[in-house]
Amino acid sequence: MKISGAEIFIESLKKEGVKYIFGYPGGVVLNIFDFLHDEKDLQLILTRHEQGAVHAADGFARATGKAGVALVTSGPGATNTVTGIATASMDSIPLVVFSGQVPTLLIGNDAFQEADIVGITRPCTKYNYLVKDVKDLAAIIKEAFYIATTGRPGPVLIDLPKDVTSAKADFVWPDTVEMRTYKPTYEGNRYMINQAAHMIAKAKKPVIIAGGGVISSGASKELKELAEHTDIPVTMTLMGLGAFPGSHKLSLGMPGMHGTYYANKAIQDSDLLVAVGMRFDDRVTGKISAFAPNAKIVHVDIDPTSIRKNVRVDVPIVGDVKKVLQTMNKVLKEEVKEQWGEVRKAWLKQINAWKTERPMSYEKDTDIIKPQYVIEKIHELTRGDAIIATEVGQNQMWTAQFYKFDKPRTLLTSGGLGTMGYGFPAAIGAQFAFPNKLVIDVAGDGSIQMNIQELATAVINKLPVKVAILNNRFLGMVRQWQELFYQERYAHTKLEETIPDFVKIAEAYGAVGLRATKSSEVEPVLKEAFSIRKTVFMDFVIDWKEKVYPMVPAGAAIDEMLFREETKKSEKKLKAVK
Amino acid sequence: MRHTISVLVENKFGVLSRISGLFSGRGYNIESLSVGETIDPQVSVMTIVTIGDDWIIEQITKQLNKLIDVIKVVDMTELDHVEREMVMIKVAPRQEDKAEVLRIAEIFRGRVVDSSQKTYTIEITGDEKKIAAIVELLKPMGIKEFVRTGKIAISREGIKRP
Ligand SMILES: Cc1ncc(C[n+]2csc(CCOP(=O)(O)OP(=O)(O)O)c2C)c(N)n1
Ligand SMILES: [Mg+2]
Repeated sequence: MKISGAEIFIESLKKEGVKYIFGYPGGVVLNIFDFLHDEKDLQLILTRHEQGAVHAADGFARATGKAGVALVTSGPGATNTVTGIATASMDSIPLVVFSGQVPTLLIGNDAFQEADIVGITRPCTKYNYLVKDVKDLAAIIKEAFYIATTGRPGPVLIDLPKDVTSAKADFVWPDTVEMRTYKPTYEGNRYMINQAAHMIAKAKKPVIIAGGGVISSGASKELKELAEHTDIPVTMTLMGLGAFPGSHKLSLGMPGMHGTYYANKAIQDSDLLVAVGMRFDDRVTGKISAFAPNAKIVHVDIDPTSIRKNVRVDVPIVGDVKKVLQTMNKVLKEEVKEQWGEVRKAWLKQINAWKTERPMSYEKDTDIIKPQYVIEKIHELTRGDAIIATEVGQNQMWTAQFYKFDKPRTLLTSGGLGTMGYGFPAAIGAQFAFPNKLVIDVAGDGSIQMNIQELATAVINKLPVKVAILNNRFLGMVRQWQELFYQERYAHTKLEETIPDFVKIAEAYGAVGLRATKSSEVEPVLKEAFSIRKTVFMDFVIDWKEKVYPMVPAGAAIDEMLFREETKKSEKKLKAVK
Repeated sequence: MRHTISVLVENKFGVLSRISGLFSGRGYNIESLSVGETIDPQVSVMTIVTIGDDWIIEQITKQLNKLIDVIKVVDMTELDHVEREMVMIKVAPRQEDKAEVLRIAEIFRGRVVDSSQKTYTIEITGDEKKIAAIVELLKPMGIKEFVRTGKIAISREGIKRP
């Protein structure tokens, strides 16, 4: 029996096990929306902006590991997805985004609401399609999910002309996907793995750097086994937070621009870096030529282009992190058989000395709210058992620094693109996946205004998402740079006069709004918010002067860090001179 | 260093722009690019001439390989191979130079494919050096138009560079 493209779309998504589509309607996708109207098993979640839909799909994907799905109309609907797609692309998140397109015959005619979305998204998708014939639709959808979720995951876009959704064809769901051009390498080269294992055995000062690839390949267990068996300290990039327990004694926290003193020191002093599922982003390496000057580098990644892109690599291992680590652990246990305890003593002692020398800390205050205190309290009250999304800026860095992520897929944050407005819709997507989990978006007063309309989505779906706004009345991270490097000239970063009343906004949408202006109110507000099964905005009016430390200035080596204390002193000195 | 890279791709709509987008997006250089179908009409071959140090060429090769529509990437520069390019040169010589133009064309085994009262159009096939040489000789004769196909390359069977 022949069915329409719209029905093929729905049947295909069901075959893929999709339950939620985040989307927004428009003229050319009406055929699909009309069929979705009666669907019980496949729910369309109406967001209030297409960017919100894609971020929600992305949050769903990060929290579950499954592909997130979005559906939007042509033209402006499609172009509104671009930031969301680019965000997912930079962080290797599996998405399948469907955009409506004008009818095939009108393509190229500058038709009403036509945009060349396949052309526009070519550089920020893993792959994209324009479906020209309804007979290809099912196979394309199957292939799209396969591409999005295998190898190095990423977003895939499918552009669906209106006539394709109404044309009819038999529904034929392929059993498998066979592509001659796309065959990711999963098994690492055995010789290289042996090499790496022997280097680990010889190293005096090894450090593991774990990235988002550990999470996407589900290799946390293998990573922990490697670290514990060989007694190697582990630092986790922003995307890797949760890949290894942040509260583990071998954890060094995050490296790089706002990394811990001890992670950066350890990397710079190390004689062997074992980099797993990470790509040596410039925020991690700082000045490349001064990065880890004495270290040999073992680099495990599923994407060959990540290897030797930014840093020299001594042992490249292309493969799935989980598989590679399984083999490596086996080699270490059965062939290398080293007793690590004694070997590592000096190195771990040195690391502990760095940890005591400069632990992660902040100036506590009994009156004014310190943002780090809010994050610590959130961690304490949730006991780490929550899904935390962040926006971008200081709020994001304080979360990364002060919340101890112990489990994978508990942090949803835009790392590569640094997209303000990501966190709230992402939290909504995650809450759909885990209705009974506590999902919290740590936000900034600037970022939250970029997708604040999603309050409607949260409220109408009765989602108990919590938003903790660290309200400093500034585009704080930018202000921090202006303060340190632009002589305190705060060009267009002061939001003070125009900050809306977030409590009233929440209430206007039918959510709950709470506010804390004093340190002593933080805990009661959090407790109250966590006890209500409703969408809650918490407005934490924080110390606007607070900055993120340590900080590696752009272009400096990662051990050339600025610290709170020293910067304060030099500020005073500067003032004295004036 | 200059590299000639041969890329087998699915003969699909949009592939050329994926490849050129990769080069422009990542700031790699394209000196020439030529595309055509292979014997299998579902497969096209692109010959790309690019410049870069080993580090960049390694990235280019890997990035090309990563594109979903790319079947195979061969850096011809690493193999023994034959390279050719065709150019057509329209020359407008003075009366007294006409014979010289024809002589030069003959020496280079070019063919006159068109002529008018004032011009000759010469077709030349060869490698870089040969083309550069004939251009050098014809320049003083008055080159009016010049078009080239971009390089194509094929490996020599059974021979591997040491
Ligand atoms: C969409 C977008 N635009 C601009 C930026 C640049 N940017 C980075 S952080 C930041 C300030 C964010 O302000 P806020 O959300 O209040 O966070 P805070 O740093 O104050 O915690 C800006 C403008 C960005 N990352 N994303
Ligand atoms: Mg702010």
